[in-house]
Amino acid sequence: MIWENVLLAIASLRANKMRALLTMLGIIIGITSVIAIVTIGNAMTASVNSNLSSFGTNNITVFIREKTQRSFGGGIPFLGGGGPPQGGQIRGSGNSSRPEDSDLISLSMINKLKEEFPNNITGVALTNSVGSATVKDGEKYANVSISGTNPDYLLSSNMNILQGRYLNQNDMNNYRNVAVVSDRLVKSIFPNGADPISQQIKVYKTNTIEIYTIVGVYKYETSSMQVSTVSEEDVSTNLYIPVTTSKLGASQQNYSSITVVAKGDSSSIINFTTQLQTYFDEVYKNNKLWGPRVNSLETQLSSIMDVLNSIKLAIAFIAGISLLVGGIGVMNIMLVSVTERTREIGTRKALGAKNFHIRFQFITEAAIISGVGGIIGIILGTTVGAVVSVVLKAPVTVSVLVTLGSVIFSMAIGVFFGYYPANKAAKLDPIEALRYE
Amino acid sequence: MIEISNLIKKYYVGMPNELTILKDISLSIQEGQFISVVGASGSGKSTLMNIIGALDRPTSGTYVLDGIPIQEMTENELSEVRNKKIGFVFQTFNLIPRTTALNNVELPLFYMGVGKSERRKKAEELLELVGMGDRMTHMPNELSGGQKQRVAIARALANDPAIILADEPTGALDSQTGKLVMDIFLKIHREEHRTIVLITHNPELAEQTERIVTLSDGRIIGDRLNHSQKTEVGVRA
Ligand SMILES: Nc1ncnc2c1ncn2[C@@H]1O[C@H](COP(=O)(O)OP(=O)(O)O)[C@@H](O)[C@H]1O
Ligand SMILES: [Mg+2]
Repeated sequence: MIWENVLLAIASLRANKMRALLTMLGIIIGITSVIAIVTIGNAMTASVNSNLSSFGTNNITVFIREKTQRSFGGGIPFLGGGGPPQGGQIRGSGNSSRPEDSDLISLSMINKLKEEFPNNITGVALTNSVGSATVKDGEKYANVSISGTNPDYLLSSNMNILQGRYLNQNDMNNYRNVAVVSDRLVKSIFPNGADPISQQIKVYKTNTIEIYTIVGVYKYETSSMQVSTVSEEDVSTNLYIPVTTSKLGASQQNYSSITVVAKGDSSSIINFTTQLQTYFDEVYKNNKLWGPRVNSLETQLSSIMDVLNSIKLAIAFIAGISLLVGGIGVMNIMLVSVTERTREIGTRKALGAKNFHIRFQFITEAAIISGVGGIIGIILGTTVGAVVSVVLKAPVTVSVLVTLGSVIFSMAIGVFFGYYPANKAAKLDPIEALRYE
Repeated sequence: MIEISNLIKKYYVGMPNELTILKDISLSIQEGQFISVVGASGSGKSTLMNIIGALDRPTSGTYVLDGIPIQEMTENELSEVRNKKIGFVFQTFNLIPRTTALNNVELPLFYMGVGKSERRKKAEELLELVGMGDRMTHMPNELSGGQKQRVAIARALANDPAIILADEPTGALDSQTGKLVMDIFLKIHREEHRTIVLITHNPELAEQTERIVTLSDGRIIGDRLNHSQKTEVGVRA
């Protein structure tokens, strides 16, 4: 009975191919956009996730920045308003102010921090960006940017050591001139495959030449998000030296930012981020000008995901509206069809069709129109989604749930919007219907 | 088997333009009778047929079909009566468009809930009976008027109905084709002893039936048995 009704409905739709197709169009567009958006959205999420997590989702950065005028004034009103003019206040109002060394994070503060949260912290990575330079050996050269780092830096990055070792505490304590370089640099400077470990390299800075001994080689990796504007051989890679060595003779010995490598899953890291903010706020509560800002990739990731999700939702809503319009189109055509086939309905009733036979016949037709439209929409939407995902260099994911859901949903639209016309047909008076011209 | 008494059919009941179409009709038809209803256009023939066919309900009066009072039935019950007891043949054929002759004939069986293979077998038999065995898979728009009406007669016979109701079945056909269609009615009456109610304008056709009822302005003004009919059938047979 159901199957025969389906065959009947297909036959009647085939008799009006063009009209059925045009009716489907609304559903096709609606389902296509829903599927495409979900596929693209998932691809984007996956892409953002994989790109950002390559930076290390366990890292929490703490950096010192100027407290804004507002929070300064709001926090300690009487000092901000009527206090005697101080150096700090003059500096605070200018944009070019620089923190004193005492405003920054010192090694003793870091040690205290580690003691405070022994169960949350794996390590604290320190970096000091020295600047760019060129490693030269006769005609051979390689661009580098020099970074002073501590041993914990290795924990904060997903660096892959190919040869030798990373910097250690011994290098730090003795201010040694040792370096960990990229395999890319090794290729440029030692093209004939000599073992780079323990080799010395000459680093040409703007005014000076420094000599470092290579202790390790890491694998250079490009992020898919990075767009390189320089030619292959001019690409600058990081050259890591002990942070102590990098700060020799520098006026600033403390750190304007540190990276805390935390333990645990994403929610506990998000929690710990807030905890750290509170902790550092307490440490800096007496500093009028400078304060900490604690940030983690996890918290940023979750806010990026929030934005992505709300964009997805908004577009899905619009797609939903087009689906609604498609459904109204189905209803419209079904009403036309019922009117056109009034005599047929009368005849069927004269032959013994009950109201539910007629209702079922038209609902089946509506469900088939929108179901077939839905299937076409899924094929188109998945194709569009896959193409865009490939363009975004993101993995193509086809959600079975969304796909199945769309077919069922589009058929439900057919049943919903087909019900009114079908019911109208079912309730026709047989005599009126037979007399219909 | 058909017992109609004091039947009145009105349109626009209770309104200023109230119309009384059938005025106090009483009529009984025995099983197996071939009866014709004649009368001027607008005299109420089709209205009467719709009531006999359980498509419509009388405004007052009673209609008992095979002992069942029809005037008290619900819509779905009426559908069932039409499906099981009545076979309609219309002036305008009313075949379902874009549906093969076979599927048209199967339709009453479909609504009765008969399975596919049995339906197919019965439909093929009936199309053979009306001489349409070679056109079974044709669509209505590929058939001539006479052929369409033969398919419609096969369809009317599909559920072995007690009564065949034919409302001017030859009205849209030329006289030659009309005679052919009439011959089919005579044949199914003779061979299957079915009750047939034939509505017609054509006195020649009416003369071939066993009983002639004349309707005028919603009243029966003539009802006679036709004795010449038997010999005519005899001549044909
Ligand atoms: N649904 C209706 N509403 C109003 N008047 C109708 C309706 N159906 C039929 N009539 C009227 O009933 C009368 C009889 O119609 P009908 O039974 O079709 O006559 P016949 O079949 O004898 O030509 C006509 O005058 C017609 O106008
Ligand atoms: Mg009539």
